Amino acid sequence: MLGLTDVYAYYGAIEALRGVSVEVKTGEIVTLIGANGAGKTTLLMTICGNPRARQGRILFDGADITDRPTYEIIRRGIAQAPEGRRIFPRLTVMENLQLGATTAPEVHLARNLERVFTLFPILKERADQRGGTLSGGEQQMLSIARALMSEPRLLLLDEPSLGLAPMIVKQIFRTIGEINRDQGVTIFMVEQNAHHALRLAHRGYVMVNGVIALSGTGTELLANPEVRAAYLEGGHG
Amino acid sequence: MEYFLQQSINGLTLGAIYGLIAIGYTMVYGIIGMINFAHGEIYMIGAFIAVISFTVLGLFGITWVPLAVLIALVMAMVFTSVYGWIIERVAYRPLRGSFRLAALISAIGMSIFLQNYVQLVQGARVKPVQPIIQGSVSLMERADGFTVSLSYLQMIIILLTLVLMIAFWQLIMQTALGRAQRACEQDKVMAGLLGINVDRTISLTFVLGAALAGVAGVMTTMYYGVVDFYIGFLAGIKAFTAAVLGGIGSLPGAMLGGLLIGLIEAYWSAYFTIEYKDVAAFSILVLVLIFRPSGLFGRPEIEKV
Repeated sequence: MLGLTDVYAYYGAIEALRGVSVEVKTGEIVTLIGANGAGKTTLLMTICGNPRARQGRILFDGADITDRPTYEIIRRGIAQAPEGRRIFPRLTVMENLQLGATTAPEVHLARNLERVFTLFPILKERADQRGGTLSGGEQQMLSIARALMSEPRLLLLDEPSLGLAPMIVKQIFRTIGEINRDQGVTIFMVEQNAHHALRLAHRGYVMVNGVIALSGTGTELLANPEVRAAYLEGGHG
Repeated sequence: MEYFLQQSINGLTLGAIYGLIAIGYTMVYGIIGMINFAHGEIYMIGAFIAVISFTVLGLFGITWVPLAVLIALVMAMVFTSVYGWIIERVAYRPLRGSFRLAALISAIGMSIFLQNYVQLVQGARVKPVQPIIQGSVSLMERADGFTVSLSYLQMIIILLTLVLMIAFWQLIMQTALGRAQRACEQDKVMAGLLGINVDRTISLTFVLGAALAGVAGVMTTMYYGVVDFYIGFLAGIKAFTAAVLGGIGSLPGAMLGGLLIGLIEAYWSAYFTIEYKDVAAFSILVLVLIFRPSGLFGRPEIEKV
C-alpha cells in the first residue's frame, strides 16, 4: 500500500532522513520505533509531503506521491494524527471533527461522526467544548478521531501514547487495534512506548539517526537483544 | 442633543465604511500575520470602479438608481476581488516563509505602485460624480431651526454594511469555507494535513477582504461625490487603526473598531476642530498600541510552538 524507497528529507537544515526504505502492506499495523531525534516524525511528515522528500520515491497504492502537494496526498486516503496532536484550540470538538472530514463525501458526515463517537464516547459529551479545554488524553482521542473522519485507508499515528496516564495509554492502544481489525484501516505508527507498540504491531522498524537499522515482525523485534537493551529496558516498557 | 444625534448619524455612516475596510486588514492579519498595507488602495480602486460604472451606465442611459447602484457594487466587488487575488499572488505568496519584514516592504511597495498606476490611468485630478441618491428624512427639529436629518444614502450605507457584516460573520462561523479559514488561522500545517488547500484558503481571504473594501469604495464615491487616487492612504490607515482598536485578528473587533473610529472622528470634528480629525484617529492608534496592544477583542499574543 505504502512504499518508501531510499527517501532523503531535511528538517530545517538538518538531514533527518538519510535513505529510508519502508513498506506498509494493506491491513497491517506497522510500527516505527527509535530514540528522540531519530527522524521518526520527519518520516511521517514526509509521507504527507511536508517537508518534501529531496530524493527517493514514495508510492501510495502504486501512484507516485513524492512531489504532490499535501492536500492532494491526503485526498488519496492518508490521514495523520501528528506529533503534539495539533488540536485547533479555539475551535470546538465538533468543528475539529468536521475539519477532519474535509476530504470525505459530505453525505458520510453523520455516519463518520457516529463511528468516532462509538470509539471515543467522551468526545460526544465534549462536542461543543473548545479543543483547547480538553485534557491530554481527550486531545489524543480527538486527534485520532479527527484523522478517522476522512475515512482514511492509511492512518499515520505519531506517538499516540506520549504524555498520557498508563490507563489511558492502554485504552488508546486497544482502540488502535480495533480501528485496524474491525474497520480495516492500515496503520503506520511511530512510538516511544516500544513495548506496547511492538506487541500490537504486525511488523516493526527501528530507526537510528535517519536510517532504518532493523526490521522484523513485532515478536521478533521484542525478542531482539539490541532492541531490548536500547528501547525496552530503559524504563519505557 | 440634536447636534449630538446628527453627529452620531454621520459618525455611524463613516464608521460603517471604515468597518468594512477593517475586516480585510484583520482577516489577512489573522491568517498570515501580516498587515496588507495595499488594502487601502483596493478600497480606492473600488471607489474608482464606482465612478467608471456610473459614468458608463449614464452613457447607456441606465439611470434607474437601484439598478445602477447594484451594478456598481457588483462591478466593484468583482474587480477588487481580482486585484486582491493578484496582489496576494504576486506580492506576498513568493515571500511566504521569508522574514516578516519582507512581506511588509512588499505591501508598501504594492501600495505605492497601485496609487501611481491609478494616477497614471485616471489622472491626478479629483473626479466628481453626480449625486446618485438624494433626499433625506428629518428626525427632529430644534427651536432655532437646526434639523437632525438622516439621508437615504446614509440609511443605505448603514443597512448594507449591517447586512454584509452579518452575512460575512455567518460565512466565517457556519460554512466549511469559514471553518477552513479559521483552521488555517490557527495551524496551517495541521490544516494541510486535513486536506485543506492552504494556499487557496489564503487567496480566498484576500478576495473576500478586497470585495468588502470594494463595497466601501462604492459607498465613499456615492457619499462624498469625489474620488482621487490618494484616498486609499488615509482611509486605509484609519481602517487599520480600527482593526487595531478592535483587536487585530478579531472579526467583531474590526467591525466595532470601525464604528468607534467613525464616531470619534465625527464627534471630534463637531466639538473640537475639523482640521485635526485625523490627529484624533491616529492618537487613538498610538494610545491603543501603548496601553492595550491586543485591542478590545484581541487575544494577547501567544508565541506559537
